[in-house]
Amino acid sequence: MATSTLPASQQAVRSSIGLKLLMAGSGLIFVGYVLLHAYGNLMVLGGADTFNNYAHHLRTFGQPMLPYGGLLWIVRVVLLASLVLHAYSAFTLWGRANGARSTKYAVKKNVAASLSSRTMRFGGVALLLFVIFHILHLTTHTITPQGKQPTPYDNVVNSFDKWWLVLIYALAVIALAFHLTHGVWSASQTLGLTNTATSRARAKIAGHFVGALVATAFLIPPLAILFGIVD
Amino acid sequence: MNLTLKIWRQDGPKARGELVTYQVADISPDMSFLEMLDVLNERLNAEGKEPVAFDSDCREGICGMCGLMISGEAHGPEKTTTCQLHMRSFKDGETITIEPWRADAFPIIRDLVVDRSAFDRIIQAGGFISVNTGSAPDAEAILVPKPNADRAFVAAECIGCGACVAACPNASGMLFMGAKVTHLGELPQGQPERAMRVQAMVATHDGAGFGGCTNIGECSHACPKGIPLDVISTLNADLRKAKSGRF
Amino acid sequence: MTDTMLSTPDGVGADYYRIGAPVADTQAPAGPIAGKWTQRKFDASLVNPANRRKLSVIIVGTGLAGASAGATLGEAGYHVKSFCFQDTPRRAHSIAAQGGINAAKNYKEDGDSIYRLFYDTVKGGDYRSRETNVYRLAEVSANIIDQCVAQGVPFAREYGGLLDNRSFGGVQVSRTFYARGQTGQQLLIGAYQALERQIAAGTVEMFTRHEMLELIVEDGRARGIIARDLVTGEIETHLADAVVLASGGYGNVFFLSTNAMGSNVTANWRAHRKGAYFANPCYTQIHPTCIPVSGDHQSKLTLMSESLRNDGRIWVPKRKEDCEKDPRQIPEEDRDYYLERIYPAFGNLVPRDIASRQAKYMCDDGRGVGPMVGDFRRGVYLDFADAIARLGRPAVEAKYGNLFDMYARITGENPYETPMRIYPAVHYTMGGLWVDYDLSSNIPGLFVTGEANFSDHGANRLGASALMQGLADGYFVLPNTIRNYLAKGPYPKLDADSPAVAEARANVEERTQRLLAINGQRSVDSFHKELGHIMWEYCGMERTETGLMKAIDLIRSLRAEFWRNVRVLGSADTLNQSLEKAGRVADFLELGELMCIDALHRRESCGGHFRAESQTEDGEALRHDDQFLYVAAWEYAGGSGEGEMGNPVLHKEDLVYEAIELKQRSYK
Ligand SMILES: Cc1cc2nc3c(=O)[nH]c(=O)nc-3n(C[C@H](O)[C@H](O)[C@H](O)COP(=O)(O)OP(=O)(O)OC[C@H]3O[C@@H](n4cnc5c(N)ncnc54)[C@H](O)[C@@H]3O)c2cc1C
Ligand code: HEM
Ligand code: HEM
Ligand code: SF4
Ligand code: F3S
Ligand code: FES
Repeated sequence: MATSTLPASQQAVRSSIGLKLLMAGSGLIFVGYVLLHAYGNLMVLGGADTFNNYAHHLRTFGQPMLPYGGLLWIVRVVLLASLVLHAYSAFTLWGRANGARSTKYAVKKNVAASLSSRTMRFGGVALLLFVIFHILHLTTHTITPQGKQPTPYDNVVNSFDKWWLVLIYALAVIALAFHLTHGVWSASQTLGLTNTATSRARAKIAGHFVGALVATAFLIPPLAILFGIVD
Repeated sequence: MNLTLKIWRQDGPKARGELVTYQVADISPDMSFLEMLDVLNERLNAEGKEPVAFDSDCREGICGMCGLMISGEAHGPEKTTTCQLHMRSFKDGETITIEPWRADAFPIIRDLVVDRSAFDRIIQAGGFISVNTGSAPDAEAILVPKPNADRAFVAAECIGCGACVAACPNASGMLFMGAKVTHLGELPQGQPERAMRVQAMVATHDGAGFGGCTNIGECSHACPKGIPLDVISTLNADLRKAKSGRF
Repeated sequence: MTDTMLSTPDGVGADYYRIGAPVADTQAPAGPIAGKWTQRKFDASLVNPANRRKLSVIIVGTGLAGASAGATLGEAGYHVKSFCFQDTPRRAHSIAAQGGINAAKNYKEDGDSIYRLFYDTVKGGDYRSRETNVYRLAEVSANIIDQCVAQGVPFAREYGGLLDNRSFGGVQVSRTFYARGQTGQQLLIGAYQALERQIAAGTVEMFTRHEMLELIVEDGRARGIIARDLVTGEIETHLADAVVLASGGYGNVFFLSTNAMGSNVTANWRAHRKGAYFANPCYTQIHPTCIPVSGDHQSKLTLMSESLRNDGRIWVPKRKEDCEKDPRQIPEEDRDYYLERIYPAFGNLVPRDIASRQAKYMCDDGRGVGPMVGDFRRGVYLDFADAIARLGRPAVEAKYGNLFDMYARITGENPYETPMRIYPAVHYTMGGLWVDYDLSSNIPGLFVTGEANFSDHGANRLGASALMQGLADGYFVLPNTIRNYLAKGPYPKLDADSPAVAEARANVEERTQRLLAINGQRSVDSFHKELGHIMWEYCGMERTETGLMKAIDLIRSLRAEFWRNVRVLGSADTLNQSLEKAGRVADFLELGELMCIDALHRRESCGGHFRAESQTEDGEALRHDDQFLYVAAWEYAGGSGEGEMGNPVLHKEDLVYEAIELKQRSYK
């Protein structure tokens, strides 16, 4: 007398673990992306030519097999699909979790949960908002507090000499670091790779490492610009 | 010891409940938490008030029947069951809030008593090895490597108390379910049904209204038997493999 | 049931009971003991698989005995209805068993055999059990282990992957299978899972949080039960072709025992009142290694595994003045290692009853240790200092770590540093409803299994044999014997409003209303505690004629007061835990009297029960095989009203020893 409410065919993806697997998969794609992106951003330190070349190269990568900007579009499609799946799963599970305890405790302590684990959902939403803003800012140039700029390098440099833009980015990057600190360990657990106490500890360390790495790598360029090390 | 207790009182499954404040005096630090409630109940009875309903049976920390949310912690501040928690873990004059497990999959029956039959339904879905009485081969015909036997044992220690669900911010039953999937999955006897077991159990778990797991880890911390989080990893891996036909 | 007076019982007895016609087990086939079970299985009628669905069986209890029977009968295709008062079958009291389960596997090649397990169990029971039943128990013991392993029960293993064994309770062979300190839990989870599998398959219908409150007997046959849904309070009628009671033991008549809080005698007692004989009610086992009582608030006692006696040394101070001292300050020469002194051959490993009784003597002598409870200190030291010095702390930790932790949690003392304190506690009841070889009571259609019946342990239980009995009964014995009864069914359909059903229902409803209506001054627990004191004082480890007579008087007046002055608040139509307890205590108040009467009539010391009037010159237990080589099966002779017990009728079943020669025990 299994009391499942879903037909067997849908149980695969709709089960809470199925959804989690989607999140883990898409989340890891994000991790890969942000690592490369952060590395790319470090090119700013090399000066205008290096960075502009890099930005150009991103678009010519794979030519002539791919059209101009081809790789970038592939990446965009993959990222967007991941984001849809990731957000869909996150919101579905969020809804289920709320429904799973409709009366809250009068007193509830969290004794084992890390801050990063408890801020996944709101942190994720913050990231989503940031990404929208970020794309409007540096990809589509819809929002241009830095004014119209001729090159990608100028765009970046003339943005981050404004302290408040640096602040927005810095907050986003910290949110990302939090999200990934728990996210990397969580994804390993979800994928079933942490079946022993040691592998679990290692996944936790990996989470902290990725979080710290991403935060540092992303923060160097804006701070360097703000403090005039790069201009 | 003198204590202030705020206890959830609710007359029935549909009734409205509220926290009611009681004072208890002369509590010995050697009393168990439930014996302290026994003292309160004797007094309430003498005053003509109905005693507080709460579950317990073995009072030895093994049957899994007891379970209270004590000042925000499932089974209270020690790593044990409510019945094995002793008053020496509290301070004189302390205020203690006592609530039932809260999860929609565990509806309240009365006061601090909840209905955990959803756990039984999860077991019914696949938490067993299909062997009929009398059809078993000689016990030594099945060799179990010690590491597997040991891990199976650790997982098999689960007493089905529900503290994991109570403590989990998502009210998820993954630790309980992971414990069973790991217990049976580590043994050679458990292999034939491994793929079917995990899928049916997860579907039942979700259908019963538990939340999903976001690997927060409150469950394992609250678990009186210290069931480790890696059983959830095994559960996840088993589901993934079952879905991709890799068993 | 004829109760012709065959003889006048000697002395005072006649005021308390009457003697009826003897009973006998007619189901064990003739022939050599080793062939009886095979023969019986062959003789028992078969039921066509197609007909099984039409045959229904009620099983009260989901402990090892009940869950295993439910799963097996469900698999066979019968329609099973299973009941327990807990919220899930997995919580039955069997879960608490720590030590292990015996089986004559002889995996260690140390000379074990079915015969030796049989012999040890009969001897352990001090020659008061039925040979045929015990032999069968030993015979099927090996199958139990096979069955449990196949279910995934994680027994302890060695590095090669083979099963590990230990020797337990002073036996010379290693035949005890175990799962750390949680053998009962792991075995029960195995049976529970098998049961849940049948629930999912639809062959077993499960009723949790239901309490059986009455047996329905129609036309001389057990045909169903009346149960209360403990959540809604509804009184329900359940009918079937046969009823199985697997409702466990009644040690809680002593209030403090190692039993779970809910363990009770109600199912058995209600059946007894309907005519089922209650056999050897006074046979209780007292376990020597429990954590002592710390005060009046105490609600139950916790057992620590007997294995502690393998390495711990038991002592009390030689002088009363030292009892309050820190034990570590008491020098070696001022300590009395009394078991080693009195029983040099066995030392700390003497059987449970001897270890328990000697501890009581030491405390009665004023040399007990720990807090004062009443007028005495109730505790003796169990000291691991030597073991720690000899084996090193890590080795002791590896062996007993769990137990030490448990002790520390309960007492707040560190047993690695100060000696533990232990005291005996009621642990198991060997008495229970009388059954024949088929596990059928004297009411046709009423079967009794596990601790609820009387059959396999005699006057004392060998360690690790109750788990074995529960599973033997449920997996292997009952399914074979009950079919012989069911094969004659289905029995005529019973109407829900037939007189037998209506009478049983009315009985339950009236009783419930009456309990709620008294609205007196005293709580149920206060009655229970007082009864417990009486039982422990006069019907515990040591009994005397005057003490027992006094106890009977005390119980009678306590029972009268109960029905006048108990206070049960709340209503009958919700979860009402006071009401549940009240019903159980009311039954204990009747059982207590029967236990005292049984103890009074048995003027011999045997097994765990020491009768002061029957001892050897040096104060050891003296059995009287010439007078008491029988099972005392008591018939209820009271009225149907609450608390009116009348004088019970004693039916004797003579015990015949063919395979084993009777011997007096000696441990000196
Ligand atoms: C602390 C402890 C340790 C032990 N250790 C060992 C050991 O190491 N080895 C060993 O062999 N034995 C041991 N024993 C003894 C052994 O555990 C029990 O004798 C045995 O488990 C009894 O099993 P059972 O199935 O007969 O009854 P139980 O397990 O007691 O089950 C009784 C069932 O009946 C139900 N029930 C009772 N009354 C009613 C009613 N009126 N209506 C509905 N349902 C009812 C209950 O809900 C429960 O499901 C130990 C006992 C204790 C107390
Ligand atoms: C729509 C906005 C987002 C929301 C609501 C969201 C929410 C969540 C939640 C709830 C989890 C599960 C946490 C857990 O399992 O403990 C999660 C996991 C994760 N998220 Fe996000 N997130 C969002 C966007 C992002 C972004 C933009 C990234 C990366 C840049 C990201 C990377 C990850 C990773 C790597 C994981 C781990 C996967 C796992 O837990 O299995 N997320 N997210
Ligand atoms: C301080 C840090 C950052 C800087 C300087 C930076 C810079 C840039 C720049 C210059 C672009 C445009 C690239 C191009 O179109 O050529 C870009 C695109 C993008 N960035 Fe960032 N970024 C930062 C942080 C982040 C973070 C934290 C995230 C994700 C969580 C992110 C996600 C993206 C995405 C999704 C795009 C769009 C890629 C596309 O064109 O499709 N960035 N970023
Ligand atoms: S996993 Fe732990 S907390 Fe959860 S039910 Fe089992 S024993 Fe209780
Ligand atoms: S606390 Fe909850 S989120 Fe998962 S790890 Fe435990 S079930
Ligand atoms: S009452 Fe059994 S675990 Fe607490």
